[in-house]
Amino acid sequence: FPTLLVLQVENVKLLDRYTNRKAANGTLYLTATHLIYVDASAEVRKETWILHHHIATVEKLPLATAGYPLLIHCKNFHVAHFVIGQERDCHEVYTSLLKLSQPVKPEELYAFSYNPKMSKENREIGWKLIDLKVDYQRMGIPNDYWEITDLNKDYEVCNTYPPEIVVPRAANKAVVVGSSRFRSRGRIPVLSYLYKENNAAICRCSQPLSGFSARCLEDEQMLQAIREANPGSHFMYVVDTRPKLNAMANRAAGKGYENEDNYDNIRFKFIGIENIHVMRSSLQKLLEVCEMKSPSMSDFLTGLENSGWLRHIKAVMDAGVFLAKAVKDEKASVLVHCSDGWDRTAQVCSLASLLLDPFYRTFKGFMVLIEKEWIAMGHKFSHRCGHLCGDPKEVSPVFTQFAECVWQLMQQFPCAFEFNERFLLEIHDHVYSCQFGNFLGTCHKEREDLKIFEKTHSLWPFLLQKKQELRNPLYRGFTAYKELQPNTLPFSFQFWCGMYNRFDKGMHPKQCVLDHLLGCMSQKVKLEDNASELENKLPFLDGPLPSEACSLAKIGCAASKTPMLNTPQDYEGEPPPVLSNGAGAGDIDAMSDVDQKHRDNLSHHQDLHDLNDTIDVLDSKAKDERRSTT
Amino acid sequence: MEFAELIKTPRADNVVLHRPFYLPVEGTLCLTGHHLIFSSRRQDNAEELWLLHSNIDSIEKRFVGSLGTIIIKCKDLRIIQLDIPGMEECLNIASSIEALSTLDSITLMYPFFYRPMFEIIEDGWRSFLPDQEFELLSSMTDEWRLSCINKEFSVCPSYPPVVIVPKSIDDEALRKVAMFRHGSRFPVLSYYHKKNGMVMMRSSQPLTGTNGRRCKEDEKLINATLRPGKRGYIIDTRSLNVAQQARAKGGGFEQEVHYPQWRRIHKCIERFNILQESLIKLVEACNDQSHNMDRWLSKLEASNWLTHIKEILTAACLAAQCIDREGASVLVHGTEGTDSTLQVTSLAQIILDPRCRTIRGFESLVVREWLQAGHPFQQRCAQSAYSNSKQKWEAPVFLLFLDCVWQILRQFPCSFEFNEQFLIMLFEHAYASQFGTFLGNNENERFKLKLPQKTMSLWSWVNRSEELSKFQNPLFEANSLVIWPSVAPQSLQLWEGVFLRWNRPSKFLDEAHEEMLNIINYNKELQAKVNALRRQLAEMETDDRMQENA
Repeated sequence: FPTLLVLQVENVKLLDRYTNRKAANGTLYLTATHLIYVDASAEVRKETWILHHHIATVEKLPLATAGYPLLIHCKNFHVAHFVIGQERDCHEVYTSLLKLSQPVKPEELYAFSYNPKMSKENREIGWKLIDLKVDYQRMGIPNDYWEITDLNKDYEVCNTYPPEIVVPRAANKAVVVGSSRFRSRGRIPVLSYLYKENNAAICRCSQPLSGFSARCLEDEQMLQAIREANPGSHFMYVVDTRPKLNAMANRAAGKGYENEDNYDNIRFKFIGIENIHVMRSSLQKLLEVCEMKSPSMSDFLTGLENSGWLRHIKAVMDAGVFLAKAVKDEKASVLVHCSDGWDRTAQVCSLASLLLDPFYRTFKGFMVLIEKEWIAMGHKFSHRCGHLCGDPKEVSPVFTQFAECVWQLMQQFPCAFEFNERFLLEIHDHVYSCQFGNFLGTCHKEREDLKIFEKTHSLWPFLLQKKQELRNPLYRGFTAYKELQPNTLPFSFQFWCGMYNRFDKGMHPKQCVLDHLLGCMSQKVKLEDNASELENKLPFLDGPLPSEACSLAKIGCAASKTPMLNTPQDYEGEPPPVLSNGAGAGDIDAMSDVDQKHRDNLSHHQDLHDLNDTIDVLDSKAKDERRSTT
Repeated sequence: MEFAELIKTPRADNVVLHRPFYLPVEGTLCLTGHHLIFSSRRQDNAEELWLLHSNIDSIEKRFVGSLGTIIIKCKDLRIIQLDIPGMEECLNIASSIEALSTLDSITLMYPFFYRPMFEIIEDGWRSFLPDQEFELLSSMTDEWRLSCINKEFSVCPSYPPVVIVPKSIDDEALRKVAMFRHGSRFPVLSYYHKKNGMVMMRSSQPLTGTNGRRCKEDEKLINATLRPGKRGYIIDTRSLNVAQQARAKGGGFEQEVHYPQWRRIHKCIERFNILQESLIKLVEACNDQSHNMDRWLSKLEASNWLTHIKEILTAACLAAQCIDREGASVLVHGTEGTDSTLQVTSLAQIILDPRCRTIRGFESLVVREWLQAGHPFQQRCAQSAYSNSKQKWEAPVFLLFLDCVWQILRQFPCSFEFNEQFLIMLFEHAYASQFGTFLGNNENERFKLKLPQKTMSLWSWVNRSEELSKFQNPLFEANSLVIWPSVAPQSLQLWEGVFLRWNRPSKFLDEAHEEMLNIINYNKELQAKVNALRRQLAEMETDDRMQENA
């Protein structure tokens, strides 16, 4: 076991809320970083690992016949229900977990102690894997209209923006600085994405400090410069992603939104995405629905509706689609903001980029997108994810919603993404895990102050190592689809069972098409090797091969050999079962599989001995991609 | 009757056709006795639409000036619109369609006129005979016999001429049991579980009435299926309340005192108009694109369609669980034993029996448990989701069954030899078809209509390799296990392939399917290549050795 064992408790049960299986006895260990439960009765050692940083809440429930229950809710929607034999033990685990799951100082975060035994050089290379400048180059920036400026190198323009930002060439220092004084927290309009085909741009900022009548010449010039950087259109959109009422209320506080009369040729539009507080309580309601014990169909659908969750997802998607259409179909630039421009604005801008540019649907591109629109532009991961003990009202599933929008797109366009659902789940896990430095802090300046580039590792090389299992076998390549135009009618949105009921394996399809196809892909490589090896042994062989039917049995893919979770559940309903709900011997156990994987993800990353290879491959690939876009 | 009498305007020009996913197209409309045919006149891209009148669920007409519009709503849920110049023409065409799509006489239906354009390799009418089924059973057990008691359909009009019953029960006893069961549907064998010798039987409700009538032969019959000292389960597909109310009308349920070895479990599967209403509401919700998210979810919930799916699947899983896990025999019935009973018995077999997950096995299941078992297709499928009539016999019982199969298929995507298209095809043919398979309400009616002589069987057409290839699931790997689906609401989904089929384009999903096929087929080719190379190498090595030896 890992060092630094904090606590060890015997005689603990882990209940499975889905099947009625009898809970087995086991041992609970607390280490400095993880809660580990080992099922003693299982023939094969069965472990459940929970990272302390993943723990959202710990609750003591009323005494049950079997002992003292402890209910743990995780940020990745894992729910663990332990029953501990002794009250004293239960209390000790409870207080320890409260402490361990809510670090106070950033230095206590896992990333600062996580040591994958990687050389210093490799760690540094890892951090250089994603270079935003390369992405701007891909868009053709710098060009006649746009430049990368270091005006913010000392964070004087805006302390939540990165040192280098992209602004119109026509906007000189005076305009930039002037505009920054008129924007909430100095978050001036900067470029998010340039659609090279027609020069229409997506820009982002925070709300103007307009109050009821204030105006700012430099800010007006800034918007003019953005509009004129797209000579093909005589107007530009200014999109406020808030509900109109919220924006109007802000005017009383000296903030607000752009007055169409003060800015030349803008078309102003509200898109009603709700604020972080509404989203937080919506998710809470959704999770309550997901956790209901044997709900009826009606309970579930009514709960889903009342949570409002899919309504919010649709609102974000609608906004992304609006932006993409404005840029592509109307050839107009768009300036997007919400209040501070780091939540809804990040969601909407990154979604629009994903719809417009197939690069962002590749592994590398998606990493760039997250680094650019979320990390660099100051989405406050630390606050939104509650990394440290802090204000619970700052926590909100903003990034989760973005991940879900991407998943919804993957359902509609199964061949358009290089990666699969598991890639999204991995990223989502690590946004909360604090195992890697990428998502620590709230902005670039804070990450510099925390010295994360010197003291922690970047997530991306680790994910690339697992590319084989995270890729989408149905991906049709970079050039197959250009812009995506998703259907946003309500019936196009599905409940994401793989996220919100991810750990309730019993609810998922018992055979996994993805695994099957990934098995095919790896088998394909083996067969190709076999074929070329055999061909080498047959020097005289030429001409076409006799076509021949082959036995189906041999084609069986390796992946499908993974045991299938397949036991009956309680089909009879609430009253005490007439049938002893027999999950007898010979049943294949599901948990072990999940937990094993989970544990691999979070603690046992393999050493990155071939990191350099990975990066080489990626770079050449990125070059190819660049070539094919130009 | 001549169809010509019903067709006053057989042809109209300059008609504009609107249908899902295509731009409106102008062309000529023709009406024949069984088809509505539209063909576009554009030389470059001539297209034709052939629509069976029997596929038309309802029509509406509208006029703007002299331009008439007919909106045709089909049983397969598609909606098309025809703009027809000329009020008289439009009215004539509308009334012809109305008349031709609601013909009373079965013998006027298209299957009696259809002449196949393909070579018949196997007569589908003879593909699934009870004797073959019994032969298979005899190879596993000798406790059952084939009874010809219903040869002339004289004992039970909705049963086939031969049925499988316990060997120890003679025909005389069967006659008495028939008197004790609703519609004379006495308990017969539905499924034999080879693994442990347990069985599933089905019947209709016992006619116990309010005074608790009993029938010794009935008790003897079902007890004959129990192992000594073992108990069985009776799954009543009705709630206890409904079952109790049935006593007032002469029906009822098996009382513990008379069936002490049986444990009765009530499930709650809805019937008839409740299901029909549910379908109508669901399709209405799917077709209304003006809904916001809340409205859509609340309409989906209010339709109760997925609730029915969950109830049916749960009952089927319970039956399968009793048989496989409890090692107990099961008797399933509701009221008539022709609807919810068949949903449960057929789904339980899909869960238990790998054979039913193959194409041929599934066809056989549909024949045994639906057609021969007397599900009244003619009545149930007379109208679909757009029906205005309030007749009480229509109900999407078979569609619900297919939907449940789809739900299981979605959860076990590698365990079925057939794909979703196969299920959709069966849905279409159950409601409107050129084949005679789904005509009539039971074997008796089919016999009287001489369907095997006068019409083509759907199976004759499906079981040709050209057609079969469309219905094969590339992911299929024979799985001999019992498959236990999840019935949690999170695990059940709206069947998009049927209910959203005409509401959203499927281009990207089709491409994904194509890509999947490519991956799997490429591996097959590679494997074939490797095999061939290996063989060649082996042959060369033998040649070398022979040369060395020589």
